[in-house]
Amino acid sequence: MIIQQRRRKFLKQSAGLSAAAAAGTFGFQGIAGAQAAPIKVGVLHPVTGFVAYSGQLCRFGAQLAIDEINAAGGIKSMGGAKLEAVLGDAQSKPEVGVSEVEKMNEAGVSAIVGSYASAICLATTQAAAKYDIPHLVDVGVADQIVERGLKNTFRFGPGYKVITEAAINDLHIMNTLARKPAKTVMVIHEESLFGTGTANLLASQLPGMGYQVLEVVKHANPTRDFSNIVLRMKALNPDIVIPANYYNEYVLLVRTMKQQNVRPMAIYSVLGGAASSFKFVKELPDVANGVIDCNHWYDPKDKRAIALRRKVEKINQFFTYEVYLNYQSVYLLADAIERAGSAKREAIIDALASSSWNKHFMPYGPTRFVNGQNQGAQPLVLQVLKGDIRVVLPNSYAESEPVFPWKA
Amino acid sequence: MLELSILFPSILNGLTTGAVYALIALGLTLIYGVLHIINFAHGAVLMIALYGVFFLNAKLGLDPYAALPVMVPGMFALGYALQRFVIGRASHGKDENILLATLGLTLVLENFALYAWRSDTRTIETPYTFSTVDVAGAMISTPKVVAFFGALAATAILLAFIARSDLGRAIRAVARERQGAKLVGIDVEHVFAMSFGIGLACLGAAACFLLPAYYVNPQVGNGFVLIAFTIVVLGGMGSFAGALLGGFIIGVVESVGGLWLGESLGQIGIFVIFIAILLFRPQGIFGART
Repeated sequence: MIIQQRRRKFLKQSAGLSAAAAAGTFGFQGIAGAQAAPIKVGVLHPVTGFVAYSGQLCRFGAQLAIDEINAAGGIKSMGGAKLEAVLGDAQSKPEVGVSEVEKMNEAGVSAIVGSYASAICLATTQAAAKYDIPHLVDVGVADQIVERGLKNTFRFGPGYKVITEAAINDLHIMNTLARKPAKTVMVIHEESLFGTGTANLLASQLPGMGYQVLEVVKHANPTRDFSNIVLRMKALNPDIVIPANYYNEYVLLVRTMKQQNVRPMAIYSVLGGAASSFKFVKELPDVANGVIDCNHWYDPKDKRAIALRRKVEKINQFFTYEVYLNYQSVYLLADAIERAGSAKREAIIDALASSSWNKHFMPYGPTRFVNGQNQGAQPLVLQVLKGDIRVVLPNSYAESEPVFPWKA
Repeated sequence: MLELSILFPSILNGLTTGAVYALIALGLTLIYGVLHIINFAHGAVLMIALYGVFFLNAKLGLDPYAALPVMVPGMFALGYALQRFVIGRASHGKDENILLATLGLTLVLENFALYAWRSDTRTIETPYTFSTVDVAGAMISTPKVVAFFGALAATAILLAFIARSDLGRAIRAVARERQGAKLVGIDVEHVFAMSFGIGLACLGAAACFLLPAYYVNPQVGNGFVLIAFTIVVLGGMGSFAGALLGGFIIGVVESVGGLWLGESLGQIGIFVIFIAILLFRPQGIFGART
């Protein structure tokens, strides 16, 4: 500590001494980078296995933020200390995630950002709690993650209860605006924690809003044939189809519906739907057109988001929620370290718990954590319109009016 | 619910799936008919074949249908060697031993796959994976249509081979009367191994037809082996025509059952049939009373 304080003093003085502003800043960074010990940050994602595609985007987003923070002079309260990523691969399996946390603890990380899928996050947050490592949950929407009283666990984004409630409210608003043409709903969900939990919430809450749930269909991961489910859909003829599944199954389901000529008033997905995926919109524009998704999304009016989107697209990557939720989580962590002025785990946990960070571009407002959950976190409703993804609800963030009912 | 526009595509879907089931069951029924053993390893070997097709595609970029000339002889050789050097040796002339040997083989193969390739579920992408064919107004996925005709062709070739060729005659002779066949100079051990090889070659073909519209993981065989046993029992143990008809029946029951009862409960129909056959016609549709 004494050394650090001395160094800070020295740096202040030397900064004051440097005459030319631009040249001085560069010189200053060079010295500081060489002297301040780097702060190790665990970047843990499933970059191989079942959800590898998403996991790689997550890692990309986190690294983007780390590079930016370092290029801008690192953590200033610690003499410009750089963030050093300690990469981990959870291989899409919770138990591998746990062993990666063990390795990261050995490596002496100050905090961990990750680990995308709900089931993996459940395991890694618990493992990190054992060593008091602060763990920022980047995506993991299952609410159990923040309901176990773990002091080290913080989630910047919303959980699936909040998302599903928002989805139902916004669906109702949309339907009411169109003079309530939709009365019946069919839910199709994947078999794991995320899909089943979401489907249960939907099935219990939709009837109260005046919608008849015709059927709730569960499918396995992976499913390679949706013919039967779509044929059944044809027979039931629901006004709205709500899928809650992962990318591959969602795409196959929507394609099969198109092939079988099943056209409900809306395909309205809750999380994981492809209306929030630029990849889907780019690769299958005619299938994607009109689909709606309630999902993580950035504030479309925030200039920082638009600038980052350009930057990401320039290096031929898709600007997905995996990318920017991780990008923002790293910045949130950097803010906490900056305020803590220390790489100590307990100090960072305290700083995160009292965080009121607002320099992000998500529609959340300043962060406020209660039991590790950011209270302002909320999803937005998106629709694919004319080959682009537009925010259609809630009104305060909307870029376009929702097109409902959809006439293909 | 009884709309024809929905029932008809569902039945077509069932028939296409049923054709592949039939091909898998044919291998099983051939092995049973000749060797009088129940090959519990059938599902595990199918899994190995699916991995074969997968890796040929992933590593060499070989189209799954183009993999047929590799997979069919490859699986035949594997089957021949397995019977000649593993299962046949372990049997010591007793059928119960073979049962255990094939069961053991299943465990070895599944755990080998788990060790070597992990439990990940893998799929392949081909240009035609998601395309469909319009069959009288019903949209059926292209790989399923190919699988249907492919499985029918493979079955026809197999039946012609068994009926016409010398080896086919030898196989039938051994199936009927092992001692008699030996007396007239048939190399019974060779015929056993050939039958086992042909049985597994059916799986090699089935794997090529399956994978474009399916997936592979170390446990994938389990689902198929149950269905294949049901088909063999339904059609009559050792009966080729029975396996073919049984395959179609089971495929359609599964598909239409899935339509009515949902994906998870759809298979109930298969097992209801299984129990009913065991109760009322244990020899199967084409089976003779013994």
